[in-house]
Amino acid sequence: MKLDLQTASDFIYRETRMLDEGHFEQWLELFTRDAHYWMPAEWQQTDPLLQPSLMYEDWFLLKVRVQRLTAARTFSQKPKSRSCHVLQAPQIDELSDDAQHCRTWTPFHYTEIRGDDSTAFSGWLKHELQIQDDTIKMQLKRVELLNFDAPLPAIQLFI
Amino acid sequence: MPHYANSPDAIKALIRPREIHRDAYVSDEIFDLEMKHLFHNTWVYVGHASQLPDKGDYLGAEVGRQPLIIVRHSDDEIHAFYNRCPHKGVRVTTEECGNAGRFFRCPYHALSFRTNGQLMAVPLKKGYEGTKLEDNIAHRGLFPVAQLKVYREFIFVKLNPGGESFEEFFGDSLSTIDNMVDRSPAGKLVAEGAPLRFMHNCNWKMLVENQTDTCHPMVAHEASVGTAVDIWNKEGDGGKHPGVEMLAPFMSPYEFFEGIGIRVWPNGHGHTGVSGSIHADYSEIPGYFEKMTESYGEERAKAILDEVRHNTVYFPNIMVKGPIQNIRVFKPVAANRTLVESWTFRMVDAPDQLFARTLIYNRFINASTSIVGHDDHEMYERAQIGLTCNGLEWVNMQRLYEEDETYDQEAVVNGTSERQMRNQFNAWQRYMTMSMEDESAVGAEA
Ligand code: FES
Ligand SMILES: [Fe+2]
Repeated sequence: MKLDLQTASDFIYRETRMLDEGHFEQWLELFTRDAHYWMPAEWQQTDPLLQPSLMYEDWFLLKVRVQRLTAARTFSQKPKSRSCHVLQAPQIDELSDDAQHCRTWTPFHYTEIRGDDSTAFSGWLKHELQIQDDTIKMQLKRVELLNFDAPLPAIQLFI
Repeated sequence: MPHYANSPDAIKALIRPREIHRDAYVSDEIFDLEMKHLFHNTWVYVGHASQLPDKGDYLGAEVGRQPLIIVRHSDDEIHAFYNRCPHKGVRVTTEECGNAGRFFRCPYHALSFRTNGQLMAVPLKKGYEGTKLEDNIAHRGLFPVAQLKVYREFIFVKLNPGGESFEEFFGDSLSTIDNMVDRSPAGKLVAEGAPLRFMHNCNWKMLVENQTDTCHPMVAHEASVGTAVDIWNKEGDGGKHPGVEMLAPFMSPYEFFEGIGIRVWPNGHGHTGVSGSIHADYSEIPGYFEKMTESYGEERAKAILDEVRHNTVYFPNIMVKGPIQNIRVFKPVAANRTLVESWTFRMVDAPDQLFARTLIYNRFINASTSIVGHDDHEMYERAQIGLTCNGLEWVNMQRLYEEDETYDQEAVVNGTSERQMRNQFNAWQRYMTMSMEDESAVGAEA
């Protein structure tokens, strides 16, 4: 299998659709085991460890988040949140010669609701994709919020 | 109908020895009076000197609804001014921070002010000739804040003149700031990285109380921390996960929190973790202790690192975590709205891994995306709504209350006591009413 604009775009649309449909366990399987989900807290951030982030989660921490969403005593999910991603067509920023790795750029609108409250965010998704066992996996999903530095409400799901 | 303005007795009646009237949390009028009185009568944190490394550097702050500029003058002295041009009142700066160079220039008619506030130049000056400008208060330039203190680079202001000095107000509670600074082998901290900003729909005092609420972690955080510990125990590689190492102590049993103790100081300050805390068992970072020994000698280095205080509340609205170099600033926005800004500090001359750990802690606990944060946030918001119920008007605060309890001296008590919360409210009613009884206090109605 090879990565190109079509396969990468299909993957990204499917990935965010899983989130919106609440298939979180399935979504976790889209990551390599050494992957990270990164939400920087500074503009054009380069370092996830020595600069502040809102999230820099490894696979284990993502799994904790997913299990927590359905745990009996997760009071901040009573009632449950739901999300909707609206994506602009992804672009490929970099593709390896063997077409096994690529980096993509995808502007988004994201709405998260809980009970009567609704909050909206926009920004850019930056995926690092790779082929592993003939399927596409995320090595990195970087979520750049437009207003990362504003006072933010609780963001409970995954953008 | 205003109920509380200029009625110190009505305000004091909100505070009973074992309970607090809900108006302290839900009344818009009380909030307004907090902004005019409480935050004018107390020493309030506005920033860290490392945010102003160069001459002319300034930052914006707001204390009790008053917009301020904090600036480093050419002689390195730090000054605080009301952010208002003495001419027509235009706000002089709008950025969170910046560098003014040698002077501030008002963008409206170009009056300019040195960074020590003095009026420097007035365009078309001849228009003022014979008008006695020099007798007008505008001639003095930017209006200075009454009191300012830089303590080990932490900058505090008090808007009202007089009252307790900085040292009297904070007393021995400054030992927590001391410990946080001493943990740097160079004895120096740098505020580094943007703060995380998390908006809460609740009263600011709920957040402050929660800093010394040791009976909630194992309950409210079961979903986040309990889940993390469970998964790691089942599926972890047997080693240490930096996240689990930080989260797991939250699930410690009641006995642990009873044992670590709470220390209260006069004027509303206090801390959890007198002997041991949830920050006590982080793994060692290679090279750090050696650096500390080099700077302080082994015995002193050990003493500094053995002090592992958990949360120190500096009344009214910040919390300092010495062992992890993290502070939370609880910024009141409205009776039912509070912005929490969580800042991280790098210890100069300490290994990078320690700063990385501070950043992990901040995003794990204080971010708007933090699952631990979500647990707490949900409780505050439910309380803010629950308090509108008319059946019960009082918030209970009597855990481990003692009949002869006083708040005018230091005390160490059981770690699950609500004494620090009572201590805060004791201070609250005092600082709320002191400038009502004396309406002549300058600035009280500013
Ligand atoms: S308002 Fe500032 S110069 Fe006129
Ligand atoms: Fe908590």
